[in-house]
Amino acid sequence: MDVQTLTYLIVGATFALYIGIAIWSRAGSTQEFYVAGGGVHPVVNGMATAADWMSAASFISLAGIVSFVGYDGSVYLMGWTGGYVLLALLMAPYLRKFGKFTVPDFIGDRYYSQTARTVAVICAIFVSFTYIAGQMRGTGVVFSRFLEVDVDTGVYIGMCVVFFYAVLGGMKGITYTQVAQYCVLIFAFMVPAIFLSILMTGHVIPQIGFGSELLDAAGNSSGVFLLDKLDGLSTQLGFAEYTIGSKSTIDVFFICGALMFGTAGLPHVIVRFFTVPRVKDARSSAGWALVFIAIMYTTIPALAAFSRVNMIETINGPDGQGVPHAEAPSWINSWEKTGLIKWDDKNGDGKMSYANGETNEMKIDRDIIVLATPEIANLPAWVIALIAAGGLAAALSTSAGLLLVISTSVSHDLLKKNLMPHISDKKELMYARTAAAVGVVIAGYFGINPPGFVAAVVAIAFGLAASSLFPAITMGIFSKKMNKEGAIAGMVAGLAFTTIYIIYFKFVNPGANIADNWLFGISPEGIGLLGMVINFSVAILVCRMTAEVPKDVQEMVEAIRFPKGSGEASNH
Amino acid sequence: MSFENVDKADGYWKENIRLVIILLSIWAAVSFGCGILLVDVLNEFTFMGFKLGFWFAQQGAIYVFVALIFVYAAKTHKLDQKYGVDE
Repeated sequence: MDVQTLTYLIVGATFALYIGIAIWSRAGSTQEFYVAGGGVHPVVNGMATAADWMSAASFISLAGIVSFVGYDGSVYLMGWTGGYVLLALLMAPYLRKFGKFTVPDFIGDRYYSQTARTVAVICAIFVSFTYIAGQMRGTGVVFSRFLEVDVDTGVYIGMCVVFFYAVLGGMKGITYTQVAQYCVLIFAFMVPAIFLSILMTGHVIPQIGFGSELLDAAGNSSGVFLLDKLDGLSTQLGFAEYTIGSKSTIDVFFICGALMFGTAGLPHVIVRFFTVPRVKDARSSAGWALVFIAIMYTTIPALAAFSRVNMIETINGPDGQGVPHAEAPSWINSWEKTGLIKWDDKNGDGKMSYANGETNEMKIDRDIIVLATPEIANLPAWVIALIAAGGLAAALSTSAGLLLVISTSVSHDLLKKNLMPHISDKKELMYARTAAAVGVVIAGYFGINPPGFVAAVVAIAFGLAASSLFPAITMGIFSKKMNKEGAIAGMVAGLAFTTIYIIYFKFVNPGANIADNWLFGISPEGIGLLGMVINFSVAILVCRMTAEVPKDVQEMVEAIRFPKGSGEASNH
Repeated sequence: MSFENVDKADGYWKENIRLVIILLSIWAAVSFGCGILLVDVLNEFTFMGFKLGFWFAQQGAIYVFVALIFVYAAKTHKLDQKYGVDE
């Protein structure tokens, strides 16, 4: 069977599975729709959280980014995993004890203020939309490459599938579909990585192969470590040493921090911990989520290093003199057709040459690394089909989770808690579904007409979450004294500082976006961490000058600090 | 109030905070410390074929994160039982 037929078969089978699960587990009440009835086992919840978290971007792009920037890519690896420690230790158990549906619920109640709630709703909706637009685009790209339809058609297909199970199933449907999606995506990611590891180092486990000696053509140990070889190749070709990188230490520090604290402030991740039965489960569930994420995130740098060596050797040849373009392997030709690889024979010798600087003749898009890996390593056709299914699973699971946050924010936080407090459970559920449907359409629109700045907007999403929601939530738990004036002033200050800094460098004056102009050498990607510090400082200052927190709110804070009596997540 | 008295409630919370501070210090030490600030120093050492600092940044820190959460979950569960506030 050819790749095309296999892809249709495998993608079709996985989709049938997701939709089947959605029908089997559809939600009947707002409680099931918002938090899956609060009865999800912590391991299952962890797996669903992992699928929710690992987007098309981390499945498709992350290994490619690490492959091209080496050590500098560590900020994403540590940033997007380290945030879970903060979630588990500082937030998840307390928010579960608090026992309501959403992040704005907590902020609104804890700071006894509709203003605080509204600020939180705006953050939640903005962050979620930013993300989902990128996801729908990712879905379109994967469909277009593997099903040979154009990107727009790909987005339409994706919209239909997401609509079907997010709107019908709510959190209950999503949780169980995400478990299936995690299995598909992790299997799809690991298979090529394991194959490559065996081929190049003889080790089955990529994490070990990563630090091992390379095999020579005859399959014997060559005595050269993979990473030493990579450092050597990088220096030789004029790049920064692979294991050292080129970003300044302060920038690496701040980007890593912004991603960690941003992760812990993202509404679609936090809401996950409302779905488990007990406080104890919220703690261990965060651990399980990180186990499932770590399997992929520790494989990513290994895959990145394998592909880097492979790619350089394929293009420059084992002797480094360049391979004639006429003899290039077929994957180079097929990606050239998509425009994601470009060859420009500058010196007219008919050979390809990859380097940093004048002599470079190759333009290679980072996003192809994972998708092209099976072809680079000559893996069987079913592995290529599997990658397509995995990429789609990653994109769909994340979109569905985000869509749920959007619909909950609208129906619960905005309508029920603000505009029409007397609507019935059934009505509210209807509004939630309508909001999800509208959300799909808007997300689809952005998927088809992507704003040219998706990557820049993602930086804003993390910066915003780190500088606004994270401090407000943690202070609400760990300080009984923090009052509404302090929290609101802090959120607004952190938010304003971060947004202005990012908008200035990304949109107003992109030409000035170089290290010399940055405040303390911190890039817009990392400024959220400074925004967070500003939030905390302003909040504490304002709090000292304003009225004390009401007695009943102080008692509420006391009550969320221990597990006993958590009950089910509920509406009141 | 689920605690027998105010002192017990304070005791529980103090022990919890102490645990969180210890675990978060380790969290910061492996990521911001070993993976970023001390990376050049640690890269002088080799570990399982890796430069040690690089290993922390791309592998080690993540393993430690996982361990930290499970240690936290186990320790707080014991703490809950000790003070009689478990579910």
